[in-house]
Amino acid sequence: MAAEQAKIDPMHQFSIEPLFGSHNWELGGYNIAFTNSALWMGIAAFALWLFVFGGMKRQLVPGRWQMAVESFTGFVDDMLEANIGKAGRKYVPYVFSLFMFILFANLLGLFPLGIVGVHPFTFTSHFTVTGILALISFSIVLVVGFAKHGFHFFSLFIPHGTPVVMMPLIFFVELASFMVRPFSLALRLFVAMMAGHLLLEVLSSFVIAGFNGGLGTSIIVVIPTFLLMIAICALEILVAGIQAYVFALLTSLYINDAENLH
Amino acid sequence: MPQIAQLADTYSSQIFWLLVFFGLVFFIVGRGMVPKVMDTVSMRDKQISDDLSAAEAARNEANAQEEAWRKRENENRAQAHALVHDAKTKAAHETEQKLAAAQEKIDARLAEAEARIEAARADAASEIQSVASDAAQDIVMRLTGMQIAKDNASAAVKKAMIHG
Repeated sequence: MAAEQAKIDPMHQFSIEPLFGSHNWELGGYNIAFTNSALWMGIAAFALWLFVFGGMKRQLVPGRWQMAVESFTGFVDDMLEANIGKAGRKYVPYVFSLFMFILFANLLGLFPLGIVGVHPFTFTSHFTVTGILALISFSIVLVVGFAKHGFHFFSLFIPHGTPVVMMPLIFFVELASFMVRPFSLALRLFVAMMAGHLLLEVLSSFVIAGFNGGLGTSIIVVIPTFLLMIAICALEILVAGIQAYVFALLTSLYINDAENLH
Repeated sequence: MPQIAQLADTYSSQIFWLLVFFGLVFFIVGRGMVPKVMDTVSMRDKQISDDLSAAEAARNEANAQEEAWRKRENENRAQAHALVHDAKTKAAHETEQKLAAAQEKIDARLAEAEARIEAARADAASEIQSVASDAAQDIVMRLTGMQIAKDNASAAVKKAMIHG
């Protein structure tokens, strides 16, 4: 018992385990084991499908559920229109999928399912996942930019009014900041999710250890820590929404660069 | 840190399943369902704006109708006023005329009556004179036995009557 307690590993929650004996599944030589991470991607996708499906009644006077779904599509639509303009409409399916998928993943990861013995896996706390999503967004920016503007797209790296002497230097600075975008996009989400879950895990280990330590530590350690955990849980729900929003917002800003240069 | 420690073992499965599930989300939810939801919203917005403009048009129409009605009503009222005024002046005029005619008639009858009275009085006066002169002749003859001429008698009577 004591040995088990001492081995609370806050990073364990992020470890990936193949499920249903699928650890040998391969596709073209690459391992595609169906892991807990993949399972929760599936659950997030299904939950999102269910959520949007509930709002598909297409009533003239919407019910609560339809209203909720419509407010999310309207939110994404407004964001794209504000950042890109009329041309932003065609990116609604992608940005909506991105925003809602990340949002559902983040929120599902916070579900207190540990009470019933299920461990919700937050796949947005893995940079392999956030990295791929960021790369998809970045590729859309590149494809749209070059398809729409050709080599003129490189003028994105030279702001208006740059003196000619400064052009080469500015070009490389802007190019570097451009190339860093997918990394910042991916790392921001991954770090925010990981840090939040890590903090909760560490604090909950304080609670458990303090509780086992006797009445004195229970009062001194457990109660303040537990209150802090409640507050941090609320903060994490906020962060889950904000990080999904930031990811979608930055994606739409980057797409704006590709659509309209500047 | 499992994210790095397990990277080599799990990256391909992570990428594969993410592409599978995110692809499903994108094609089924994003491409399939979201446009329908947005269609519903824009249809509703369109209907609301249509209804609003119809209501606006109906209100304008009602205002125009009311304006026309008010105008007509004012005209009618003015006409009625004019009619009443005309009738009043006409009636007053007629009454005046009738009154004047009646007055004239009355005046004529009065004048005629006065003339008759005057004539009657003159008759009576002359009657009295002749009666008086006869009476005077008679009296003189009875008293004196003298026959006096009629002219003398009447002259005396006239004299006496004037002085009378």
